[in-house]
Amino acid sequence: MKITLKIWRQKTSQDKGKFVTYKLDDVSKEMTFLEMLDYLNEKIIMEGEIPIAFDSDCREGICGSCGLYINGRPNGPQKGVTTCQLSMSAFKDGDKITVEPWRSKAFPVLKDLIIDRNAFDELIQSGGYISVNTGAAPEANSIPIKKENSEIAFDAGVCIGCGSCVAACKNASAMLFISAKVSQYAVLPQGQVEAKERVQAMIKKMDELGFGNCTNTGACEAECPKEISLTNIARLNREFLAAKIS
Amino acid sequence: MRSFLGTSVAKKIVMALAGLFLIIFLLVHLTINLFLLSDDPNPFNNAANFMAANPIIKAFELVLFAGFLIHITWGVILQIQNWLARPKKYIKHHSSQTSFFSKYMIYLGVIIFIFLIIHFVNFYFVKLGWVEGDPENFYDMAHKLFKIPVYSIIYLICFLFLAFHLHHAFQSAFQTIGLNHPKYTPTIKLIGTLYSIIVPLGFAIIPVIIYFFK
Ligand code: HEM
Ligand code: FES
Repeated sequence: MKITLKIWRQKTSQDKGKFVTYKLDDVSKEMTFLEMLDYLNEKIIMEGEIPIAFDSDCREGICGSCGLYINGRPNGPQKGVTTCQLSMSAFKDGDKITVEPWRSKAFPVLKDLIIDRNAFDELIQSGGYISVNTGAAPEANSIPIKKENSEIAFDAGVCIGCGSCVAACKNASAMLFISAKVSQYAVLPQGQVEAKERVQAMIKKMDELGFGNCTNTGACEAECPKEISLTNIARLNREFLAAKIS
Repeated sequence: MRSFLGTSVAKKIVMALAGLFLIIFLLVHLTINLFLLSDDPNPFNNAANFMAANPIIKAFELVLFAGFLIHITWGVILQIQNWLARPKKYIKHHSSQTSFFSKYMIYLGVIIFIFLIIHFVNFYFVKLGWVEGDPENFYDMAHKLFKIPVYSIIYLICFLFLAFHLHHAFQSAFQTIGLNHPKYTPTIKLIGTLYSIIVPLGFAIIPVIIYFFK
Protein backbone atom coordinates (compact mmCIF):
# COMPACT_ATOMS: atom_id res chain seq x y z
CA MET A 1 0.00 0.00 0.00
CA LYS A 2 1.27 3.46 -0.95
CA ILE A 3 0.68 6.37 1.38
CA THR A 4 1.71 10.02 1.61
CA LEU A 5 2.40 11.42 5.05
CA LYS A 6 2.38 15.07 6.00
CA ILE A 7 4.10 15.24 9.37
CA TRP A 8 4.76 18.14 11.75
CA ARG A 9 8.51 18.64 12.27
CA GLN A 10 9.80 21.02 14.91
CA LYS A 11 13.44 20.95 16.10
CA THR A 12 12.94 22.41 19.57
CA SER A 13 10.18 24.00 21.61
CA GLN A 14 11.39 27.40 20.35
CA ASP A 15 11.55 26.39 16.69
CA LYS A 16 8.71 27.59 14.43
CA GLY A 17 8.23 24.15 12.92
CA LYS A 18 6.76 23.08 9.58
CA PHE A 19 5.06 20.19 7.84
CA VAL A 20 7.26 17.79 5.87
CA THR A 21 5.85 15.35 3.31
CA TYR A 22 7.07 11.74 3.17
CA LYS A 23 6.07 8.98 0.78
CA LEU A 24 6.04 5.30 1.63
CA ASP A 25 5.49 2.68 -1.09
CA ASP A 26 5.33 -0.58 0.76
CA VAL A 27 3.23 -0.19 3.89
CA SER A 28 1.55 -3.37 5.05
CA LYS A 29 -2.00 -3.36 6.38
CA GLU A 30 -0.79 -5.52 9.23
CA MET A 31 1.40 -2.75 10.61
CA THR A 32 0.23 -0.59 13.46
CA PHE A 33 0.43 3.14 12.92
CA LEU A 34 3.51 3.42 15.14
CA GLU A 35 5.21 0.51 13.35
CA MET A 36 4.63 2.40 10.13
CA LEU A 37 6.31 5.46 11.72
CA ASP A 38 9.19 3.25 12.94
CA TYR A 39 9.57 1.99 9.41
CA LEU A 40 9.57 5.52 8.05
CA ASN A 41 12.17 6.51 10.65
CA GLU A 42 14.46 3.66 9.57
CA LYS A 43 14.36 5.03 6.04
CA ILE A 44 14.98 8.56 7.29
CA ILE A 45 17.99 7.36 9.32
CA MET A 46 19.38 5.46 6.31
CA GLU A 47 19.26 8.71 4.39
CA GLY A 48 21.30 10.33 7.15
CA GLU A 49 18.51 12.58 8.35
CA ILE A 50 17.13 13.08 11.86
CA PRO A 51 14.23 10.69 12.59
CA ILE A 52 10.78 11.90 13.60
CA ALA A 53 10.42 12.18 17.36
CA PHE A 54 7.22 10.73 18.82
CA ASP A 55 6.30 9.27 22.19
CA SER A 56 5.36 5.69 22.98
CA ASP A 57 5.97 3.22 25.73
CA CYS A 58 3.63 0.29 26.31
CA ARG A 59 2.28 0.08 22.76
CA GLU A 60 -0.78 -1.69 24.05
CA GLY A 61 -3.09 1.15 25.00
CA ILE A 62 -2.22 1.40 28.67
CA CYS A 63 0.36 4.09 29.32
CA GLY A 64 -1.27 6.92 27.39
CA SER A 65 1.94 8.40 26.02
CA CYS A 66 1.53 7.87 22.29
CA GLY A 67 -1.34 10.16 21.19
CA LEU A 68 -1.12 11.81 17.77
CA TYR A 69 -3.63 13.91 15.87
CA ILE A 70 -4.18 11.97 12.67
CA ASN A 71 -6.29 13.31 9.80
CA GLY A 72 -8.23 15.70 11.98
CA ARG A 73 -8.87 13.31 14.85
CA PRO A 74 -6.98 12.20 17.93
CA ASN A 75 -5.72 8.64 17.37
CA GLY A 76 -7.01 8.57 13.79
CA PRO A 77 -10.14 7.10 12.26
CA GLN A 78 -10.72 4.02 14.44
CA LYS A 79 -12.97 4.35 17.47
CA GLY A 80 -11.90 3.48 21.00
CA VAL A 81 -8.19 3.04 20.28
CA THR A 82 -4.99 4.79 21.27
CA THR A 83 -2.56 5.76 18.52
CA CYS A 84 -0.41 2.70 19.25
CA GLN A 85 -3.47 0.47 18.76
CA LEU A 86 -4.40 2.12 15.48
CA SER A 87 -3.98 -0.28 12.60
CA MET A 88 -2.87 0.66 9.10
CA SER A 89 -5.84 -1.38 7.91
CA ALA A 90 -7.87 1.74 8.72
CA PHE A 91 -6.25 3.38 5.68
CA LYS A 92 -6.29 2.54 2.00
CA ASP A 93 -3.84 2.64 -0.85
CA GLY A 94 -3.08 6.20 -1.96
CA ASP A 95 -4.25 7.83 1.28
CA LYS A 96 -2.80 11.15 2.40
CA ILE A 97 -2.32 11.17 6.15
CA THR A 98 -1.70 14.35 8.13
CA VAL A 99 -0.01 13.85 11.49
CA GLU A 100 0.06 16.66 14.05
CA PRO A 101 0.96 16.84 17.73
CA TRP A 102 -1.78 17.64 20.29
CA ARG A 103 -2.39 21.37 20.07
CA SER A 104 -3.09 23.09 23.35
CA LYS A 105 -1.62 25.98 25.29
CA ALA A 106 -1.19 23.64 28.27
CA PHE A 107 0.69 21.01 26.21
CA PRO A 108 3.60 22.81 24.51
CA VAL A 109 5.38 20.93 21.72
CA LEU A 110 8.87 19.82 22.77
CA LYS A 111 10.02 18.29 19.51
CA ASP A 112 8.22 17.12 16.35
CA LEU A 113 5.22 15.16 17.64
CA ILE A 114 6.24 15.08 21.30
CA ILE A 115 4.38 17.34 23.68
CA ASP A 116 5.00 18.27 27.29
CA ARG A 117 2.27 16.52 29.28
CA ASN A 118 3.25 17.89 32.67
CA ALA A 119 -0.01 19.81 32.91
CA PHE A 120 -1.84 16.53 33.53
CA ASP A 121 0.60 15.62 36.32
CA GLU A 122 -0.06 19.00 37.88
CA LEU A 123 -3.79 18.36 37.68
CA ILE A 124 -3.37 15.04 39.45
CA GLN A 125 -1.20 16.70 42.09
CA SER A 126 -3.90 19.29 42.67
CA GLY A 127 -6.46 16.69 43.75
CA GLY A 128 -6.44 13.45 41.81
CA TYR A 129 -5.46 11.29 44.76
CA ILE A 130 -6.70 9.97 48.08
CA SER A 131 -4.84 10.06 51.37
CA VAL A 132 -4.28 6.67 52.97
CA ASN A 133 -2.32 5.62 55.99
CA THR A 134 0.72 3.50 55.29
CA GLY A 135 0.79 -0.04 56.61
CA ALA A 136 -0.69 -3.32 55.58
CA ALA A 137 -3.38 -3.24 52.90
CA PRO A 138 -6.82 -3.19 54.52
CA GLU A 139 -9.08 -6.20 54.18
CA ALA A 140 -10.77 -5.76 50.80
CA ASN A 141 -14.26 -6.73 51.94
CA SER A 142 -14.35 -4.50 54.99
CA ILE A 143 -15.92 -1.61 53.09
CA PRO A 144 -18.83 -2.88 50.98
CA ILE A 145 -19.46 -0.88 47.81
CA LYS A 146 -22.59 -0.93 45.70
CA LYS A 147 -22.12 -2.69 42.39
CA GLU A 148 -23.35 0.28 40.36
CA ASN A 149 -20.93 2.60 42.14
CA SER A 150 -18.00 0.30 41.62
CA GLU A 151 -18.92 0.20 37.93
CA ILE A 152 -19.07 4.00 37.66
CA ALA A 153 -15.73 4.25 39.43
CA PHE A 154 -14.19 1.63 37.23
CA ASP A 155 -15.50 3.13 33.99
CA ALA A 156 -14.00 6.47 35.02
CA GLY A 157 -10.87 4.83 36.37
CA VAL A 158 -9.85 3.38 33.01
CA CYS A 159 -8.71 6.86 31.95
CA ILE A 160 -5.06 6.60 30.93
CA GLY A 161 -4.39 10.34 30.86
CA CYS A 162 -3.45 10.35 27.18
CA GLY A 163 -4.87 13.83 26.54
CA SER A 164 -7.06 12.82 23.56
CA CYS A 165 -9.94 14.72 25.18
CA VAL A 166 -7.91 17.93 25.27
CA ALA A 167 -6.71 17.33 21.72
CA ALA A 168 -10.23 16.71 20.43
CA CYS A 169 -11.98 19.51 22.30
CA LYS A 170 -12.47 22.70 20.29
CA ASN A 171 -11.68 24.54 23.53
CA ALA A 172 -8.69 22.37 24.48
CA SER A 173 -10.48 21.68 27.74
CA ALA A 174 -9.37 19.08 30.25
CA MET A 175 -12.88 18.64 31.66
CA LEU A 176 -13.28 15.01 30.62
CA PHE A 177 -9.94 14.14 32.23
CA ILE A 178 -10.62 15.83 35.55
CA SER A 179 -14.23 14.64 35.54
CA ALA A 180 -12.98 11.06 35.24
CA LYS A 181 -10.68 11.58 38.23
CA VAL A 182 -13.34 13.34 40.29
CA SER A 183 -16.00 10.75 39.41
CA GLN A 184 -13.80 7.81 40.22
CA TYR A 185 -13.44 9.06 43.79
CA ALA A 186 -16.83 10.73 44.18
CA VAL A 187 -18.71 7.44 44.18
CA LEU A 188 -16.33 5.58 46.51
CA PRO A 189 -16.10 5.97 50.29
CA GLN A 190 -12.31 6.32 50.05
CA GLY A 191 -12.75 9.50 48.03
CA GLN A 192 -15.08 11.32 50.44
CA VAL A 193 -12.46 12.82 52.75
CA GLU A 194 -11.04 15.20 50.15
CA ALA A 195 -14.14 15.31 47.92
CA LYS A 196 -14.96 18.98 48.37
CA GLU A 197 -11.42 20.25 48.04
CA ARG A 198 -10.63 17.90 45.19
CA VAL A 199 -13.25 19.12 42.76
CA GLN A 200 -12.57 22.78 43.45
CA ALA A 201 -8.80 22.46 43.36
CA MET A 202 -8.77 20.50 40.12
CA ILE A 203 -11.03 22.99 38.35
CA LYS A 204 -8.99 25.91 39.63
CA LYS A 205 -5.80 24.24 38.47
CA MET A 206 -7.29 23.47 35.08
CA ASP A 207 -8.07 27.15 34.56
CA GLU A 208 -4.62 28.19 35.77
CA LEU A 209 -2.85 25.83 33.40
CA GLY A 210 -4.57 27.45 30.43
CA PHE A 211 -6.99 24.69 29.45
CA GLY A 212 -10.32 25.85 28.03
CA ASN A 213 -13.72 25.08 29.53
CA CYS A 214 -16.55 22.83 28.53
CA THR A 215 -19.21 23.73 25.97
CA ASN A 216 -20.75 20.26 25.99
CA THR A 217 -19.75 19.68 22.40
CA GLY A 218 -18.91 16.04 23.01
CA ALA A 219 -15.79 15.67 20.87
CA CYS A 220 -13.88 14.37 23.92
CA GLU A 221 -16.31 11.52 24.48
CA ALA A 222 -16.30 10.69 20.77
CA GLU A 223 -12.51 10.47 20.64
CA CYS A 224 -11.57 9.06 24.05
CA PRO A 225 -9.73 5.77 23.46
CA LYS A 226 -11.27 4.47 26.68
CA GLU A 227 -14.73 5.81 25.74
CA ILE A 228 -15.17 7.77 28.94
CA SER A 229 -18.63 9.27 29.06
CA LEU A 230 -19.84 12.87 29.26
CA THR A 231 -21.95 11.87 32.24
CA ASN A 232 -18.73 12.24 34.23
CA ILE A 233 -18.61 15.93 33.32
CA ALA A 234 -22.16 16.35 34.60
CA ARG A 235 -21.07 14.61 37.81
CA LEU A 236 -18.09 16.96 38.08
CA ASN A 237 -20.42 19.95 37.72
CA ARG A 238 -22.73 18.45 40.31
CA GLU A 239 -19.89 17.79 42.74
CA PHE A 240 -18.67 21.33 42.21
CA LEU A 241 -22.10 22.81 42.91
CA ALA A 242 -22.51 20.63 45.98
CA ALA A 243 -19.09 21.64 47.29
CA LYS A 244 -19.92 25.31 46.83
CA ILE A 245 -23.43 25.26 48.24
CA SER A 246 -22.95 23.03 51.26
CA MET B 1 -18.77 34.84 46.28
CA ARG B 2 -15.74 36.04 44.36
CA SER B 3 -14.16 32.63 44.57
CA PHE B 4 -17.44 31.12 43.49
CA LEU B 5 -17.55 33.10 40.29
CA GLY B 6 -13.82 32.79 39.81
CA THR B 7 -13.63 29.44 38.08
CA SER B 8 -14.72 28.57 34.58
CA VAL B 9 -17.19 25.97 35.82
CA ALA B 10 -18.89 28.48 38.14
CA LYS B 11 -19.20 30.98 35.32
CA LYS B 12 -20.61 28.29 33.10
CA ILE B 13 -23.19 27.23 35.69
CA VAL B 14 -24.36 30.80 36.25
CA MET B 15 -24.52 31.28 32.53
CA ALA B 16 -26.59 28.13 32.11
CA LEU B 17 -29.03 29.23 34.81
CA ALA B 18 -29.37 32.62 33.14
CA GLY B 19 -29.92 30.81 29.83
CA LEU B 20 -32.64 28.61 31.32
CA PHE B 21 -34.30 31.70 32.72
CA LEU B 22 -34.23 33.25 29.24
CA ILE B 23 -35.76 30.07 27.86
CA ILE B 24 -38.71 30.43 30.23
CA PHE B 25 -38.98 34.11 29.42
CA LEU B 26 -39.22 33.32 25.70
CA LEU B 27 -42.35 31.27 26.39
CA VAL B 28 -44.03 34.19 28.13
CA HIS B 29 -42.97 36.54 25.37
CA LEU B 30 -44.30 34.23 22.67
CA THR B 31 -47.66 33.94 24.40
CA ILE B 32 -48.06 37.71 24.39
CA ASN B 33 -46.86 38.02 20.79
CA LEU B 34 -49.49 35.57 19.58
CA PHE B 35 -52.12 38.20 20.52
CA LEU B 36 -50.73 40.18 17.57
CA LEU B 37 -52.60 37.76 15.32
CA SER B 38 -55.93 38.91 16.70
CA ASP B 39 -57.75 41.56 14.64
CA ASP B 40 -58.51 43.37 17.84
CA PRO B 41 -55.49 45.40 19.02
CA ASN B 42 -56.72 45.49 22.60
CA PRO B 43 -55.60 42.11 23.97
CA PHE B 44 -52.02 42.70 22.84
CA ASN B 45 -51.89 46.33 23.91
CA ASN B 46 -53.45 45.49 27.25
CA ALA B 47 -50.86 42.80 27.84
CA ALA B 48 -48.07 45.17 26.81
CA ASN B 49 -49.44 47.98 28.99
CA PHE B 50 -49.88 45.64 31.90
CA MET B 51 -46.24 44.69 31.50
CA ALA B 52 -45.28 48.35 31.44
CA ALA B 53 -47.33 49.37 34.46
CA ASN B 54 -47.18 46.49 36.92
CA PRO B 55 -44.41 47.04 39.51
CA ILE B 56 -43.79 43.32 39.93
CA ILE B 57 -43.26 42.99 36.19
CA LYS B 58 -41.06 46.07 36.35
CA ALA B 59 -38.84 44.33 38.84
CA PHE B 60 -38.92 41.25 36.67
CA GLU B 61 -37.68 43.37 33.79
CA LEU B 62 -34.55 44.21 35.76
CA VAL B 63 -33.98 40.53 36.42
CA LEU B 64 -34.42 39.90 32.72
CA PHE B 65 -31.81 42.51 31.84
CA ALA B 66 -29.47 40.99 34.38
CA GLY B 67 -30.13 37.58 32.86
CA PHE B 68 -29.14 38.74 29.40
CA LEU B 69 -26.18 40.68 30.72
CA ILE B 70 -24.81 37.75 32.72
CA HIS B 71 -25.42 35.26 29.96
CA ILE B 72 -23.73 37.41 27.34
CA THR B 73 -20.83 38.64 29.48
CA TRP B 74 -19.89 35.23 30.84
CA GLY B 75 -20.47 33.69 27.41
CA VAL B 76 -17.99 36.06 25.81
CA ILE B 77 -15.42 35.75 28.61
CA LEU B 78 -15.52 31.95 28.52
CA GLN B 79 -15.32 31.95 24.74
CA ILE B 80 -12.21 34.12 24.82
CA GLN B 81 -10.59 31.75 27.32
CA ASN B 82 -11.44 28.90 25.00
CA TRP B 83 -9.89 30.58 22.00
CA LEU B 84 -6.73 31.28 23.99
CA ALA B 85 -6.47 27.65 25.10
CA ARG B 86 -5.38 26.62 21.60
CA PRO B 87 -3.03 29.30 20.31
CA LYS B 88 -1.80 27.14 17.44
CA LYS B 89 -4.57 25.54 15.40
CA TYR B 90 -4.60 22.19 13.66
CA ILE B 91 -4.26 22.39 9.89
CA LYS B 92 -6.40 19.35 9.26
CA HIS B 93 -9.96 20.25 10.09
CA HIS B 94 -11.73 18.61 12.98
CA SER B 95 -13.82 15.64 11.96
CA SER B 96 -14.97 14.35 15.34
CA GLN B 97 -18.63 13.47 15.86
CA THR B 98 -20.09 16.31 17.88
CA SER B 99 -23.16 18.33 18.62
CA PHE B 100 -23.12 20.46 15.44
CA PHE B 101 -24.45 23.82 16.60
CA SER B 102 -22.29 23.78 19.73
CA LYS B 103 -19.36 24.84 17.56
CA TYR B 104 -21.06 28.06 16.49
CA MET B 105 -22.79 29.18 19.71
CA ILE B 106 -20.86 32.42 20.04
CA TYR B 107 -21.61 33.46 16.45
CA LEU B 108 -25.26 32.50 16.83
CA GLY B 109 -25.26 34.47 20.08
CA VAL B 110 -23.83 37.54 18.35
CA ILE B 111 -26.64 37.42 15.79
CA ILE B 112 -29.21 37.16 18.57
CA PHE B 113 -27.49 40.09 20.26
CA ILE B 114 -27.78 42.20 17.10
CA PHE B 115 -31.46 41.31 17.00
CA LEU B 116 -31.84 42.37 20.62
CA ILE B 117 -30.43 45.78 19.76
CA ILE B 118 -32.88 46.22 16.87
CA HIS B 119 -35.66 45.06 19.15
CA PHE B 120 -34.75 47.58 21.82
CA VAL B 121 -34.58 50.43 19.38
CA ASN B 122 -38.04 49.50 18.09
CA PHE B 123 -39.93 48.91 21.27
CA TYR B 124 -38.16 49.57 24.47
CA PHE B 125 -36.71 52.89 23.42
CA VAL B 126 -40.18 54.02 22.36
CA LYS B 127 -41.40 53.10 25.80
CA LEU B 128 -38.65 55.18 27.36
CA GLY B 129 -39.45 58.02 24.98
CA TRP B 130 -35.99 57.92 23.33
CA VAL B 131 -37.36 56.99 19.93
CA GLU B 132 -40.54 58.32 18.32
CA GLY B 133 -43.64 56.12 18.38
CA ASP B 134 -46.80 55.50 20.34
CA PRO B 135 -46.07 53.51 23.50
CA GLU B 136 -49.81 52.97 23.98
CA ASN B 137 -50.12 51.15 20.69
CA PHE B 138 -47.38 48.60 20.12
CA TYR B 139 -49.91 46.49 18.25
CA ASP B 140 -50.06 49.04 15.51
CA MET B 141 -46.32 49.51 15.49
CA ALA B 142 -45.63 45.78 15.21
CA HIS B 143 -48.11 45.45 12.37
CA LYS B 144 -46.50 48.36 10.53
CA LEU B 145 -43.01 46.93 11.00
CA PHE B 146 -43.99 43.48 9.79
CA LYS B 147 -45.42 44.99 6.62
CA ILE B 148 -41.88 46.05 5.69
CA PRO B 149 -40.42 43.05 3.81
CA VAL B 150 -36.77 43.66 4.77
CA TYR B 151 -37.70 43.95 8.42
CA SER B 152 -39.69 40.74 8.38
CA ILE B 153 -36.93 38.86 6.56
CA ILE B 154 -34.29 40.00 9.06
CA TYR B 155 -36.69 39.01 11.83
CA LEU B 156 -37.17 35.53 10.37
CA ILE B 157 -33.43 34.98 9.90
CA CYS B 158 -32.74 35.98 13.50
CA PHE B 159 -35.25 33.46 14.77
CA LEU B 160 -33.73 30.76 12.60
CA PHE B 161 -30.41 31.41 14.31
CA LEU B 162 -32.12 31.52 17.70
CA ALA B 163 -33.48 28.06 16.90
CA PHE B 164 -29.96 26.82 16.19
CA HIS B 165 -28.68 28.38 19.42
CA LEU B 166 -31.45 26.81 21.45
CA HIS B 167 -31.07 23.41 19.86
CA HIS B 168 -27.69 22.96 21.53
CA ALA B 169 -28.38 25.27 24.46
CA PHE B 170 -31.39 23.56 26.00
CA GLN B 171 -29.79 20.19 26.72
CA SER B 172 -26.37 21.77 27.28
CA ALA B 173 -27.71 23.81 30.18
CA PHE B 174 -28.91 20.67 31.94
CA GLN B 175 -25.54 19.01 31.49
CA THR B 176 -23.82 22.15 32.82
CA ILE B 177 -25.84 22.24 36.02
CA GLY B 178 -25.04 18.58 36.49
CA LEU B 179 -28.31 16.99 35.45
CA ASN B 180 -27.42 14.06 33.27
CA HIS B 181 -29.09 10.73 33.74
CA PRO B 182 -29.23 7.74 31.39
CA LYS B 183 -32.98 7.56 31.84
CA TYR B 184 -33.95 11.25 31.62
CA THR B 185 -31.32 12.82 29.35
CA PRO B 186 -32.86 11.47 26.11
CA THR B 187 -36.18 13.05 27.17
CA ILE B 188 -34.48 16.36 27.96
CA LYS B 189 -32.84 16.30 24.53
CA LEU B 190 -36.18 15.59 22.88
CA ILE B 191 -37.91 18.42 24.74
CA GLY B 192 -34.99 20.68 23.80
CA THR B 193 -35.33 19.81 20.14
CA LEU B 194 -39.10 20.38 20.23
CA TYR B 195 -38.69 23.65 22.12
CA SER B 196 -36.02 24.89 19.71
CA ILE B 197 -38.31 24.22 16.76
CA ILE B 198 -41.72 25.20 18.13
CA VAL B 199 -40.87 28.42 19.99
CA PRO B 200 -38.85 30.14 17.22
CA LEU B 201 -41.44 28.90 14.71
CA GLY B 202 -44.17 30.44 16.85
CA PHE B 203 -42.39 33.80 16.73
CA ALA B 204 -41.70 33.43 13.02
CA ILE B 205 -45.23 32.73 11.83
CA ILE B 206 -46.45 36.06 13.23
CA PRO B 207 -44.75 38.33 10.65
CA VAL B 208 -45.59 35.87 7.88
CA ILE B 209 -49.30 35.87 8.72
CA ILE B 210 -49.39 39.62 9.21
CA TYR B 211 -47.55 40.26 5.95
CA PHE B 212 -49.74 38.05 3.81
CA PHE B 213 -53.11 37.99 5.50
CA LYS B 214 -53.64 41.11 7.59
C1 HEM C 1 -33.01 34.63 24.04
C2 HEM C 1 -31.76 34.56 23.98
C3 HEM C 1 -30.88 33.42 24.48
C4 HEM C 1 -31.19 32.25 25.12
C5 HEM C 1 -32.55 31.74 25.52
C6 HEM C 1 -29.94 31.55 25.34
C7 HEM C 1 -29.82 30.33 25.97
C8 HEM C 1 -28.64 29.66 26.15
C9 HEM C 1 -28.47 28.47 26.94
C10 HEM C 1 -29.55 27.76 27.73
C11 HEM C 1 -27.18 28.08 26.81
C12 HEM C 1 -26.56 26.82 27.40
C13 HEM C 1 -25.70 27.15 28.57
C14 HEM C 1 -24.85 26.02 28.99
O1 HEM C 1 -24.64 25.06 28.28
O2 HEM C 1 -24.32 26.06 30.08
C15 HEM C 1 -26.51 29.02 25.98
C16 HEM C 1 -25.18 28.98 25.65
C17 HEM C 1 -24.48 30.03 25.09
N1 HEM C 1 -25.00 31.25 24.68
FE1 HEM C 1 -26.95 31.75 24.76
N2 HEM C 1 -28.90 32.30 24.85
C18 HEM C 1 -29.43 33.46 24.34
C19 HEM C 1 -28.74 34.53 23.79
C20 HEM C 1 -27.36 34.60 23.70
C21 HEM C 1 -26.62 35.77 23.32
C22 HEM C 1 -27.21 37.11 22.97
C23 HEM C 1 -25.29 35.41 23.35
C24 HEM C 1 -24.02 36.20 23.09
C25 HEM C 1 -23.74 37.20 22.44
C26 HEM C 1 -25.21 34.04 23.72
C27 HEM C 1 -24.04 33.31 23.80
C28 HEM C 1 -23.95 32.02 24.23
C29 HEM C 1 -22.72 31.28 24.32
C30 HEM C 1 -21.33 31.77 23.94
C31 HEM C 1 -23.05 30.03 24.86
C32 HEM C 1 -22.10 28.95 25.24
C33 HEM C 1 -22.11 27.93 24.23
C34 HEM C 1 -21.74 26.62 24.75
O3 HEM C 1 -21.54 26.44 25.94
O4 HEM C 1 -21.62 25.76 23.91
N3 HEM C 1 -26.48 33.56 23.95
N4 HEM C 1 -27.42 30.00 25.58
S1 FES D 1 2.15 3.57 23.82
FE1 FES D 1 1.16 3.26 25.69
S2 FES D 1 -0.87 3.80 25.22
FE2 FES D 1 0.07 3.89 23.29
